[in-house]
Amino acid sequence: TMAATKASKEQKYDRQLRLWGDHGQETLENAHVCLINATATGTEILKNLVLPGIGAFTIVDGHTVSGEDAGNNFFLSNNSIGRSPDKLLDNDPEFFHRFTIVIGVQLPESTCLRLGSVLWNASVPFLICKTYGLIGYMRLVVQEHTVIESHPDNALEDLRLDQPFEEFKNHTNSYDLDSMDKKDHSHTPWIIIVAKYLEKWLSEHNDQLPKNYKEKEAFRQTIREGIIKTDGGVPEDEENFEEAIKNVNTALNLTKIPSSIENLFNSEQCNSITSQSSPFWVMLRAVKEFVHDEGKGSLPVRGTIPDMIADSQKFINLQNVYREKAMQDAAAVSKHVECLLRSVGKPPESISEKDIKLFCKNASFLRVVRCRSLAEEYSVDSVNKDEIASYMDNPDSEMVFYLMLRAVDRFYQQHSRYPGVYNYQVEEDINKLKVCVNSLLQEYSLSVNIKDDYIHEFCRYGAAEPHTVSAFLGGSAAQEAIKIISHQFVPFNNTFIYNAMSQTSATFQL
Amino acid sequence: MVVDGGSGVSFEWGGRWSHIKKFLERPGPFTHPDFEPGTEGLQFLLETCKILVIGAGGLGCELLKDLALTGFRNINVVDMDTIDVSNLNRQFLFRPKDVGRPKAEVAADFINSRVPGCCVVPYPFYCVDCINLSRLFLRLEFHIIVCGLDSIVARRWMNGMLLSLLVYEDGVLDPGSIIPLIDGGTEGFKGNARVILPGMTACIDCTLELYPPQINFPMCTIASMPRLPEHCIEYVRILQWPKELPFGDGVVLDGDDPEHIQWVFQRSLERAAEFSITGVTYRLTQGVVKRIIPAVASTNAVIAAACATEVFKLATSAYIPLSNYMVFNDVDGLYTYTFEAERKENCSACRQVPQDLHFQQSSKLQEVLDFLTENASLQMKSPAITATVEGKNKTLYLQSVPSIEQRTRANLSKTLKELGLTDGQELAVADSTTPQTVMFRLCFTS
Repeated sequence: TMAATKASKEQKYDRQLRLWGDHGQETLENAHVCLINATATGTEILKNLVLPGIGAFTIVDGHTVSGEDAGNNFFLSNNSIGRSPDKLLDNDPEFFHRFTIVIGVQLPESTCLRLGSVLWNASVPFLICKTYGLIGYMRLVVQEHTVIESHPDNALEDLRLDQPFEEFKNHTNSYDLDSMDKKDHSHTPWIIIVAKYLEKWLSEHNDQLPKNYKEKEAFRQTIREGIIKTDGGVPEDEENFEEAIKNVNTALNLTKIPSSIENLFNSEQCNSITSQSSPFWVMLRAVKEFVHDEGKGSLPVRGTIPDMIADSQKFINLQNVYREKAMQDAAAVSKHVECLLRSVGKPPESISEKDIKLFCKNASFLRVVRCRSLAEEYSVDSVNKDEIASYMDNPDSEMVFYLMLRAVDRFYQQHSRYPGVYNYQVEEDINKLKVCVNSLLQEYSLSVNIKDDYIHEFCRYGAAEPHTVSAFLGGSAAQEAIKIISHQFVPFNNTFIYNAMSQTSATFQL
Repeated sequence: MVVDGGSGVSFEWGGRWSHIKKFLERPGPFTHPDFEPGTEGLQFLLETCKILVIGAGGLGCELLKDLALTGFRNINVVDMDTIDVSNLNRQFLFRPKDVGRPKAEVAADFINSRVPGCCVVPYPFYCVDCINLSRLFLRLEFHIIVCGLDSIVARRWMNGMLLSLLVYEDGVLDPGSIIPLIDGGTEGFKGNARVILPGMTACIDCTLELYPPQINFPMCTIASMPRLPEHCIEYVRILQWPKELPFGDGVVLDGDDPEHIQWVFQRSLERAAEFSITGVTYRLTQGVVKRIIPAVASTNAVIAAACATEVFKLATSAYIPLSNYMVFNDVDGLYTYTFEAERKENCSACRQVPQDLHFQQSSKLQEVLDFLTENASLQMKSPAITATVEGKNKTLYLQSVPSIEQRTRANLSKTLKELGLTDGQELAVADSTTPQTVMFRLCFTS
C-alpha cells in the first residue's frame, strides 16, 4: 500500500532525512542521473546515489567488461546503454538534456570538452570524475547553482540587540529587574538582561554602543553588578546573568547584511526579473525590496533564539516575540513576491508561503555557486594562470596533480594510450610524458617547475584505478551530486584534488 | 593467467589484480623506504595478511568491500548488532530480507559470495563478550586492526587491548609486538581517519579531548522548566516512564520498539502543550530517545576508503602511512585537514608510568571518583578503585556489582586519610573504557 511504502521509506531513510529533510529526499527521488562509464569509480558513485534513493539512473558505457574491471568493480551493472558517449554526442546530443545531472567518469579531455559544451548550453550540471593511480580528481561544471538551505556550521544568531524592533522593546519594557523576586530574577533570559543593561548604557553614553574591549568589559561589569547579592554582599549564583556576561561579545555584533548577500542583491539576475526568473531570484529581489522598505536596511528577522537559562514561560514568550516578527517580515516579503510575479505575468501562488518563509529564515545564508565552463578553463585566453602559478610556488602542492592529469590527457591524445600501462613502457614513457608536460606549460605560458618525481610517478600509475581511491571519490562525488540535486549544502567550486599518498586534498577555482 | 587457489578451485583471472600490481611490482619515487617491488607483496595480501575489522555497520560494510577488492583475503569481522531497517540507506551488504539477522554474518556471506577467494570470518558476538575478543586477539595474531565503531567507549577499549599486548624488554618496546590500529569515525557529513601505532604514536586516549563528553540537559530544566521540545521528550523518558511503567513492571524503554516511541511521543506532546512548546515530532522523539546520529552512505564511503588505503600501505609498505590524523567535512565544498596528533606525556592508557592524582588527605573518596569520571582526559564511566592498605588488597569502591557497591558505598564519604591511604600510594582503577587496570599514584597536597 502507499501508506506502508511511505512508512518503510521513512524508516529506511531516517538517518539521512535528519540531514536534508523530506523535501530534500523528494528532490532525490525525482532526479534522473546519467553516469558515463561504469568503471570502479563510476559504480561507486552510483552506489552512493542509489542507496539514498535516487529516482532513476542511466548508464552510458561503450566498453565491454574486462578482467581488470572485474577486479576493482563491486558492481557490474547491466542497465547500460551500450554506446559510447562520443557516438551519442555525434548522433543525438539532446539525449543528455533530460538529466538532472550528468556524471562523467574516466573521460578523455576531448569528450569532456564536447560534452561540457552541450551540457553548458542546456543548463545541465556536469560533474567530471577521474581516479588516476592514487590521485582523485573532480570538476564541477554548472553555470549557476542557487542554494537556499546551505546549513552553515557556525551561524551567528540574529538577535537585533543593536537595533531592537518595536515589539522587542515593548517586551523588554514589561520586565522590571529591580522589582522581581529572586526566582524570576534568576530565570530571566539573558537576552532580556543584555537588552535592559544596554538601554541603560546607551542613555548614559550618548546612544553609543560599547565599541572596544575596554567598553565591553565595562558593560559586562554593569551586568555583573546586577547580580543579586546576599545580605552580606556576596553575589548569588545566577546562571542567567553569567550567560548574559558570556554572550555580550556576540550579542553586541552589529546587525549587518553579509557582503555575500549584498553582492547577490547587486547581480544581474536579481535586478532584472522576468517570467524566466527562478523562484530564488524572485524571492531575493523581494527581500531586497523589503530591505529598502519595511526592513529599514535589514534582512527579515530570522525568528530563532538559542536555548538559555530561563523559566518556560519567559523563554517561550521571548521566543514568540521573535517568531511573530519573523512571520510579519515574511508576510511583507510575500507581498513583494506577489507584486513581482504579477508584474511578469505569473500567478502569485506560483511561489508558496512555505517557500517564502524558508527563504526568509535563510536570508543570511543564501549561496550562489557559479563555475567557469570547461572551455574557459582550457582556453589559452582565459586559463587561470594566476591560480595555477601561485599554488605551484609550493612544487608539492596538489596543483601539481592537476597539471599532471592535463599532461596525461595530452599524452593520450598523442599516443592513443595512457603512459606506463605495461611494465616495459614505464621507463620509456617518462620522457614522452615530460614532453607533454613541457608542451602544456608552454602552451599556457606557465613558468612553473614540475619535479621529475611526479612525472615518473604518473608513468608508474599506468592509469590504474585502484578500488580504495575510486571509493573515496565515489563518496565525494555522490555527495556533490546530491547537493546539486537537492539544492541543499554547498557544492565545491570547481576543481577538487585528492591525494591518497598523503591523505590530503585541495580545491581550486580554475 | 589462472592461479590455483590451493583448494582446486581457481578464482583468479587475467588482469584481476593489475590495478594493485602497479603499486607492488614497480619501483617509484614516493614509496616507503622499506618498500621492495616484487611479487611478494601481492602474495602476502592474498595469502598471509590477517585483518580484523571491528564493526560491520556503515563503515564496516565499506571496509570489507574495500579490503576484499584490494586483495586482502583473510579478514575477520566482529559486530554484536543485528540488522535494522534504518541501516539500509548505507549498509549496502544488507537487504530488507536480512533485517533481524546478525550483521557480521550477513556481511561475511555477501563478501564471500561476491569476491571469489575472499574469506571473511564473522564473529557475531551477541553480547559485549570481552573475554572472547581477548582470546581472539591472542590466538589469531592479526597484522592490522581496522575499527568502524560507533562508540568512544568501545574505541578506548580496543585501544587498551592493543596496548596490553605490547611487549617491553628492559623498558624498550619490541616493535614486533605492535599491531597497528586504523580508526575511522563518521557523523553526518563529518568524519575522520587515523593511524595508531600503539606505544609509538598518539593513542585514542592521548587525544580524548577531541571527543568532548556528551552534554545532557540539566535535571532542573527537564523537571520544572522545559523550553525546547527535547526537554519535554527527556522528561517523559527519564521521569515519566519509570513512574508510569506503561508496558508493565520492569519493562525498560526500548528505543527500537515503535509502540514505546509512540507512547513517549504522545506524552511528550502533552508535556509540551502544558508549556506552549511547539516542535515535538515523532522523528524528534525517536532521535532524542535513541540519541540518533544522522548518517549517509557518502561519508562512510569516504572515510572507509581512506582507512582501507592506510591498511594497504601498512600491509605492503607501498607508501608512507598517514601520519596520523585526517579530518573530513563536506558540508561546504569538501574540506580535509591532515595533522600529526601528538602523544600525551601522561596518557593514562599508553604511558607506562602511573598518573599522579593530587588530593588533600581530607578529600573524600567521592571527589576522587568525580575526578576520574569528569576529567576531560580520563572520562571514565564507573571506575572501580582498589588499593593495597596495610599489606592487603582493599576494594575502595565498585559500582558494577550491587553487593559490593552496597558494601563500599560508605567509603565514598570517608576521607582518604580515614581509608588508610598514604602519600605516594598506588591506586588501581578498573573501568569499561579500558581492558587494563590503570595505575594512579596518590599525591597528597597540603
